[in-house]
Order: sequence, then C-alpha cells, then structure tokens
Amino acid sequence: MSASQPVTAPSRLFLSGNEAVARAVWEAGTRVAAAYPGTPSTEILEVLAGYPDLYAEWSINEKVSLEVALGASMMGARAFCAMKHVGLNVASDALMTMTVTGTEGGLVIAVADDVGMSSSQNEQDSRFWGRFAHVPVLEPADSQEAYAMTLAAFDLSERYRTPVILRLTTRICHVKGLVLAGERREVEPGGFQKDPRRWVMVPGNAKPRLPLMFERERALREESAASPLNFAVAGRDRRIGFVATGPAFMHVREAFPDAPVFKLGLSCPPPLERLRIFAETVDELVVVEETEPLLEGEIKAAGIACRGKDLLPSIGELAPDVLERGIARLRGEAAPEPEVVAPQQVFPRPPTMCIACPHLGVYYTLSQMRNIVISGDIGCYTLGAGHPWNALDTCISMGASMGVALGMDKGRGAVDANKKIVAVIGDSTFMHMGLQGLLDIAWNRGNVTVLLLDNRAVGMTGGQDNPGTGRDLRGNETPRVDFAALCEAVGVRRERIRVVDPYQLPVLFKALREETKIEEPSVIITDRPCVLIDHYTPTKPYEVIDDRCTGCGNCLEVGCPAIHVTRRENTVKASGKEVELAFVRIDTAGCTGCGLCVQPCAPEAIVHAEPAVQAVPFVRK
Amino acid sequence: MPEISKTTNILVCGVGGQGVMTATEILAEAALSLGFDVKKTEVAGMSQRGGVVTSHLRFGAQVRSPQILPGEADLLVGFEAAEALRWGHMLRPGAAALVNSGRIVPPVVNVGLFDYPDDPVAQMRTLGLAVYAFDASSLAQQLGNIRLGNTVMLGASADRLPFPAEVLRDAVLARFSARKPHLAEINREAFEAGRQAVAAAALAA
Ligand SMILES: Cc1ncc(C[n+]2csc(CCOP(=O)(O)OP(=O)(O)O)c2C)c(N)n1
Ligand code: SF4
Ligand code: SF4
Repeated sequence: MSASQPVTAPSRLFLSGNEAVARAVWEAGTRVAAAYPGTPSTEILEVLAGYPDLYAEWSINEKVSLEVALGASMMGARAFCAMKHVGLNVASDALMTMTVTGTEGGLVIAVADDVGMSSSQNEQDSRFWGRFAHVPVLEPADSQEAYAMTLAAFDLSERYRTPVILRLTTRICHVKGLVLAGERREVEPGGFQKDPRRWVMVPGNAKPRLPLMFERERALREESAASPLNFAVAGRDRRIGFVATGPAFMHVREAFPDAPVFKLGLSCPPPLERLRIFAETVDELVVVEETEPLLEGEIKAAGIACRGKDLLPSIGELAPDVLERGIARLRGEAAPEPEVVAPQQVFPRPPTMCIACPHLGVYYTLSQMRNIVISGDIGCYTLGAGHPWNALDTCISMGASMGVALGMDKGRGAVDANKKIVAVIGDSTFMHMGLQGLLDIAWNRGNVTVLLLDNRAVGMTGGQDNPGTGRDLRGNETPRVDFAALCEAVGVRRERIRVVDPYQLPVLFKALREETKIEEPSVIITDRPCVLIDHYTPTKPYEVIDDRCTGCGNCLEVGCPAIHVTRRENTVKASGKEVELAFVRIDTAGCTGCGLCVQPCAPEAIVHAEPAVQAVPFVRK
Repeated sequence: MPEISKTTNILVCGVGGQGVMTATEILAEAALSLGFDVKKTEVAGMSQRGGVVTSHLRFGAQVRSPQILPGEADLLVGFEAAEALRWGHMLRPGAAALVNSGRIVPPVVNVGLFDYPDDPVAQMRTLGLAVYAFDASSLAQQLGNIRLGNTVMLGASADRLPFPAEVLRDAVLARFSARKPHLAEINREAFEAGRQAVAAAALAA
C-alpha cells in the first residue's frame, strides 16, 4: 500500500511509470479502476487507491477486472484496468467480444510486459492483442509519456468508442522520471442506454457489428497518420534511420544521438505512409521494438525495406549496448568493446522465502516425502522448487496446479501407479483461477491431494489483500471467504478437508500422509499468515547453543534464511561413511520465533534466546 | 548549481530488504532539489525475498536512457561486499566504490552449494578499482538498528557526489522529518558516522 497520499494539485512530480499512469487515470475523471496484482503493474492500483473521488478495487483476476471496467464504461463512466502481460491472456475472452460491442465511457487497459523477465513465468509481446482485437495500442517511452498517453488513451477511446491498450514494460513501470502533471476534471457518466443489438452479443447482433469494427480500424489508421504521438526526430547522420517504440526509443537516442528516429507512440495501427516517407530520407531503416518483430513485419508487408530482428534480439530489453552491437553488425564493424574491468564470478543469490514464512513448513514436509509428484503453481511457494527443498515439479500458469494434477492422475500409466499426486496452490492463486480446477477435480473424482496455502495475502506481489483476508483494496472490512466451506461446496467431502497449522510439522506430515493414501479428492488448508503483512506478530527469537549443536544440518533443511553455517567439518561415521557436518547459528535479530527449525533438531540445541532481543524482521516492506 | 553538462551515473547495489531502493530515492531527491533532470531505475525481481537488487541513478541536464551500462558508473555504492564485487564491472575503470564490508550469506552458500568469496574487497582492488570499505552493518547496529545501514551508506557517498554533502544530508533529514520525525536525529548521526568511516577508510587505503 502506498504510504503517503498522492499529491492532487498540478505540479512537477518525480514519478515511476506506474505512478504516472495512476495520476493520469485520476486526472481523466475515471470513475472505476480495477486490477489483479502482477509485477510490474501492481503499483498502479495501489497508487490509485490513495486518490479520492474514484472507485478502485482489487479484482479476483484480470478477466473480472476487465469486465468490471466494461460495465462501468457501459454506464458511460470512464473506466480503467491494469494487469501484467499474462493477465491479458486471462482477460482476452472479454476483450475479444468487447471490441465488437465497442465501449461507451472511455476504457483504457494498461498491460505491462515484463520485458527482461524480472518476475514472470514467460516473456510475451502484448501488442499482438491490439492486432488480434483490432484496438489501438499506445507505447510510452518514459513516465512523462506514460502520463500523457494515458490521458490521450481516454480521449481516443471515447472518440472511437473502442477499448485502448496502453502497453507498458518493466522499464516504464519501474523507472522514475519527472512528470508535469495537471488537475483532475470530473466526467459525469452519460447513463446506460439499453441497446440489445449493441450489448447482447448473439450471432444475429454481433454479425452486423463486425463491419463497424473494421470501419473503426480504418478510421484509426487515419488518426495514426495524423497523430502527434507519432513523430520524427531529425538527425544529421542519415546512414541509418530508426523506427522505435516504447523505452527502446530512449535507448536509441542514447546510443545514436545524431541519427534520425521515427518515434511511434500510437503504434497500432501504424502510420505506414509516414514511415514510407521517412524511409526515403535515410540510407537504411532499422526497426527497434521490444520484443517481437511486429511492426517490422507490418512495415515490410507495406513494401518498405527495413532491418530489425536480423540484427537485434527478440528476447529481453534493447538497451543501448545491445543496440550498438546490432548496428555494428549492420555496418560490418567489430562490436564496440567498452573499457570495463572483467566481470567477476559470484555465487547466485536467488530470492528466498522470508524468515519464518509459513510455506517453509510445507516444503520441509514435502521434501521429506517419497514417491510423490508435486503439481505447483505461481506465488512465493514456487520457490519450493529450489534449494533446499526441491519439492515442486511443475509451474505453468495461474491455477494450473489443479488441472495439471488431475491430468497427471488420469494420465498415469503403470510406472506411476504408486505415486501420490499433490497440488500446491496459494490462496490468491486459488481464487484467481484455481477454484474452477478444484471443481473439476471434485466433479471428476480425481485422486489428488490439494495443499491450499492460505497465508492471507498475495505474498508474491507484496502482500495485497484478497477475498481471503476480509479486507478490500482500501483496507475496509469485507466478508471473508471460508475456504473449507468453499471446498466442501464444490464437492470435496467434509471428512477430506482439514485445516492445519504449517508450523506444526508432525501434524502437517500426518495429514499429508493420510490424505495421500485415501484415493479421492482431499484438501489440506494451512492457516498461518505471511510474515510481511501487518497482522503477523513475531514472537521470542531462538538461538543455537554451540556445545549442543552436533552439526547434523537438519535445521538447514527447513530453509529459513535466518540460519547460518558457522563452520564445516568432515567426519567418518561408525558405518565408515564420510559425512560433512555443518554447525549453525541463528541470526537472532532476524528470527521471529516460529519454532520450525526447533522441531528437526534432535539434540535440542535450539532454544529461546535470553534475554529476549527485540526481533527486527529482516524483510519488512 | 554544479556543472550539469555531463550525466552522472551512480549504481547502488545490495540485497533485498537492505533499503537500496530507498537510499537511491533519497539520492534522487537530492539531485532533483538542485534542478537536475533525473532518472532512476531498478532491477529487483522478487527483491523483498533476499535477492539481488540494483538501483541505477542518472542525473544531468537531460537524461534519456535510465540504464547505466557496464563501464559507465561514476560511483558504486555497495550495501553488501559480494554484491559490490558482482557489480564492480559497472564502474568506469579506476572509479570509486564505497563498500559495506558486512556480509549477507544466502542459503545457497549456507547449504554448501556455493562459496562466498574470501575477500571481495581485496578482489575488487586487484581489478584496479578504488575501494573504500568499512563495516556499515556493524556501525548501524552500534547506533541501535541494522536498518540505519542505508543512511550510513548515504553518508559514505556524500563527499563523492558532484554537489555538496549537505544537499544529500538535507534530503535524508527532509524525508525523516516528513515521515518519521522521531528518527531524524538518529539518521543524522548515522549519516555523519558513514561519512567519517569512509574518510577513515580513505586514509587507511
Ligand atoms: C495471470 C497472472 N496474473 C498475475 C500474476 C502475478 N502473480 C503471480 S503469483 C500471484 C499470487 C500469489 O499469491 P498467493 O497465491 O496467495 O501465494 P503467495 O505468494 O502469497 O504465497 C500473482 C498475483 C501472474 N503470474 N499471472
Ligand atoms: S512474502 Fe509472505 S508468503 Fe512470500 S516468502 Fe515472505 S512470508 Fe512467505
Ligand atoms: S525459529 Fe528457526 S525457522 Fe523460525 S524464524 Fe527462527 S530461525 Fe527461522
């Protein structure tokens, strides 16, 4: 949650792309804003929640958020929704039909591509949706443009009655720059106009609307040809002229300050005739776009010769050094070698689960079980695939753990007959898309044990609220989902639903062993909160008594980052086997006293620290 | 106002949870207060969970790309010793690194999969970098809270910026007076402690 109230007066502000979009959404007189969290777009709604005079919600998934925005637009209100790239895949079913109905109040969809994959399951180019759905796409290059184009997007949306895609990337969302901001203007909704031929999309009504959609696209082509969002920057070195979009425009200007550049802001539909004229003023045209050769293909199809992905990568960001290497290739020169000291090999530092994360107990337990296949999902608990647990076998898309587990059960052959199939899913992911999968498991009697990790937070994206927390985006109280009742309602038998404390390892182990033995759907719900959220209360920390520690290393298998090895020793066991001992200490200032590591410690070397040190959690937001 | 024709590149690196982003934000506020154009960008995949964090700060008359490229940082502020080593190649050859010699050992090292470098600071020096190192973590703990570490590191960088140290100190204090006034005084102390510690390290070096 953003700590401070956003500024509401017109001002020069230092804003991230996300903050700039939120500012413009508020200024545009937007009445309804909805989103499901997802890196790198999450902060947009968090910031919007701080502005007055608009309704802002966390929705349970992106499809619902887009439908909420559409409903508001039908009332004639300005509406907005934001999502990460993969979110638009989820929302696309709604998108593909709302492009046929068109919109009423301005409707803007901000979609943030995680170019460079800082925190995502894939890298994809959301600009394709603009082509697929025949809707305009705007591509800002920095915070100022993110602000200005959000305002422009509402205007476009209302003039052409179309949803508009604002395509952001990580390098827009999370970069701060100066923004000249204005004031909010109020926009009164025009009211819902009953019009079944427009809003009731059955074949008879939808068919006559298709030509309208294509007519709109033709008009948008003219708009794009005249739009000030598409402009040429003059340059005296005409050997290469660039066509650039998004943050890549800044990188081109940085690397080749003397080259002419055609900047595309309204990049779909592209202003092809203007590009043709531009191409004639330069020796060679190079298209610089992240990530797919989308414009390149369109420009080539228009008969304009250009280069692009034959020189530049289709994966990751096109930073200035990447561009320089690509252009050197075009010129047949050696790639520039900047004078740098040699990069040094240092151990990797993958993200870890937090100290005392309730998921630690789950993965410790799963890592001790044999003969299981673990169908995983997306969230902090995906880290269970890593060390020391190695206890997650798949991760595909939100909610996929359910269907994948069911398919594993139904598809298994004799070699897997004895395997236990376990699905692991977080509370937010479960409500996003997992619930339907569980319904399918229950309905089709899958032999699957579901671990539903209810930590009362969307931990992965920073601890946002969800229907399981009983609070909404603005922190107001709302009804709290009863997961056990919900699972029963979809058809899992009451006896097969257990709620367990993930810090009680023997209880968890017993529950898992019993439920995986029974050949019917079962759900084990864990009920301890994420340590990053307000209502997590640390208790008395632990320490290791040096003389008692035998160096067995059992506690290290819990995976808590507060446990550190102090020294290693090699020793030969009575059996003749050589083992390495690892003696440990606990970072008492970080330990929150969850008690997990105490349980596998046979010599009882881990005891409460005396005197009680004030615990300062290592990773609080 | 200082000369602004050239862009200044500062790279701040560390581990999730250390306050790297907040520190860079304060550096940005200082540069903004002098009228510079400023861009700041982060690479912090899932950073709250102890991963690698880098924050790039560029300021000058006009800044286009927000990214600092290898070999182009004018100053490296390393909040953790091995992280400073990891990002050493981002510095211009011969440029200075201010390094917290305190260590944060990740689980992959604890379980024995990887080794922590023996002496990251010495290794950086063999690369020809000017390294000023001191234990900012212990210093912060002595001042009462490990979380003062980022203010200590800001103090350490204060005399190596293209503007007076007071501008940065005022930015630190402004932030605390606005949000947590009871912490302003201790942060002033932390800032000065970092400044002195790095001066002592420079004398020793
Ligand atoms: C379609 C889609 N939307 C959003 C995301 C971003 N995202 C990944 S996991 C996650 C939710 C994690 O919450 P939860 O399932 O409760 O697990 P936790 O992280 O709390 O353990 C989100 C929002 C995504 N990867 N894909
Ligand atoms: S943020 Fe919460 S759920 Fe995620 S690792 Fe930390 S404690 Fe666990
Ligand atoms: S009790 Fe053990 S597992 Fe729990 S927080 Fe402390 S060190 Fe970590």
